[in-house]
Amino acid sequence: MIKLSNVHKSFGPNAVLRGVNLSVDRGTSLVVIGGSGTGKSILIKSILGLVTPDVGTITVDGQDITRTDRDAFLARFGMLFQGAALFDSLPVWQNVAFRLLRGSLKKPAEEARAIALEKLRRVGLGTDVADRLPAELSGGMQKRVGLARAIAAEPEIIFFDEPTTGLDPIMAGVINDLIREIVTEIGATAITITHDMTSVRAIADTVAMLHAGKIRWNGPVGDLDTSNDPYVDQFIHGRAEGPIEAVR
Amino acid sequence: MRAGLASIGAAVLGFLAAIGRVATFTAETISHLVRPPFYGREFATALVQIGFFSLPVVGLTALFTGGALALQIYSGGARFNAEAVVPQIVAIGMVRELGPVLVGLMIAARVTSSIAAEIATMKVTEQIDALVTLSTNPMKYLTLPRVLAATLVMPVLVAVGDTIGIYGGFLVSTERLGFNAAAYLQNTADFLTRIDIISSLVKGAVFGFIAALMGCYYGMNSDRGAMGVGRATKSSVVAAAIAILAANFILTEAFFSA
Repeated sequence: MIKLSNVHKSFGPNAVLRGVNLSVDRGTSLVVIGGSGTGKSILIKSILGLVTPDVGTITVDGQDITRTDRDAFLARFGMLFQGAALFDSLPVWQNVAFRLLRGSLKKPAEEARAIALEKLRRVGLGTDVADRLPAELSGGMQKRVGLARAIAAEPEIIFFDEPTTGLDPIMAGVINDLIREIVTEIGATAITITHDMTSVRAIADTVAMLHAGKIRWNGPVGDLDTSNDPYVDQFIHGRAEGPIEAVR
Repeated sequence: MRAGLASIGAAVLGFLAAIGRVATFTAETISHLVRPPFYGREFATALVQIGFFSLPVVGLTALFTGGALALQIYSGGARFNAEAVVPQIVAIGMVRELGPVLVGLMIAARVTSSIAAEIATMKVTEQIDALVTLSTNPMKYLTLPRVLAATLVMPVLVAVGDTIGIYGGFLVSTERLGFNAAAYLQNTADFLTRIDIISSLVKGAVFGFIAALMGCYYGMNSDRGAMGVGRATKSSVVAAAIAILAANFILTEAFFSA
């Protein structure tokens, strides 16, 4: 469904992606792991068109993303940002229903609010938070609101950028379970970026490791522990010693 | 020698490139005027934020400036027995120059900085990226409503500033300098021409456009981090103030050159 072929991206002298080849099948959940600064966020931003690759092609359902109708293309996606990226000036329910209040998916305000409340309930938040501003919520609650916004328009493809970063282990577990349930429930294709191995095992069908701008290893989550790849082994066990240089 | 020329050349090229980027940004902003959708609620919010909430600062600035202007003209005019021209000079000074320029600079301080800081923070916290993923063009949603609102509301603010400035001069002249109130108002009304008022309002619109555009441009092009937001805010106010003063000269030349 999503295919990246020989994708390169540099920022000045810093070559972040150096020939990424990756496929994600429809309805599967791929988790991309890799050290900080290896270009994981750039990878999903490239698929969304937020970043334009220097070289290479990205297709969704066989269509080059640079040649599709932008609005129709983006309407198929939902994204949970690392810091939730909620709009400060809008109350929670309008954040969740943002896409339903304007553009091609616009619905009457009452209907959009009802959908927002249902999505908030789905992520474990009550109606009491609907009229609050994002700044009045805790980090975990903001992540949940971001998750509700990502699924509000029932997208075919959802991206999660470090969904559990900065959360306590219990809240991280709650978010992981929610992501897994929601992806299964709506049958979406998901790509998640994370460093958190608990999240990887909870969310992934398949795992890809990005290292030095390329996909180092790609396979089912069940094969992760027996990959026989020294880079994967070092990363999943969190060892300081190994082929991946650690800054001390 | 050669290194010196190279650095001057690099600075000139950098300046021209910056002008090119601002021109492209301006053209893109204007192009969204005729391309739907138009976000009416964001426009209305910007009108209130830029227009209504700027009234106190505009009013106070104009009131004190008008009063000070009357005192200066009176004391300066006394040197050659021309104290009687206070109403005329206050009116022409406020309407042609001080009203639009001071309101423009106050808006640059209050609105440009606020727009730049808000949009830069949105960029740093990935809210701009989030807008794109939600099928919303940030130029349409953030830039156009603010620039359009500032362009439309600034002539109103300038008109208010001009009026209050003249009133400030009137208060000082009648209460402290002994002018007759009716004669003062008559002299003011008789002396102002239609072109004075039109130039004031046109300047207001242009200055409003510049102020909001600079806030949006520097916000959208902010670097990451708190330092990036701070730099964007500072640069936006400096650029807006300089551009407003330069535009004021050009407009004054266009309206009043013999």
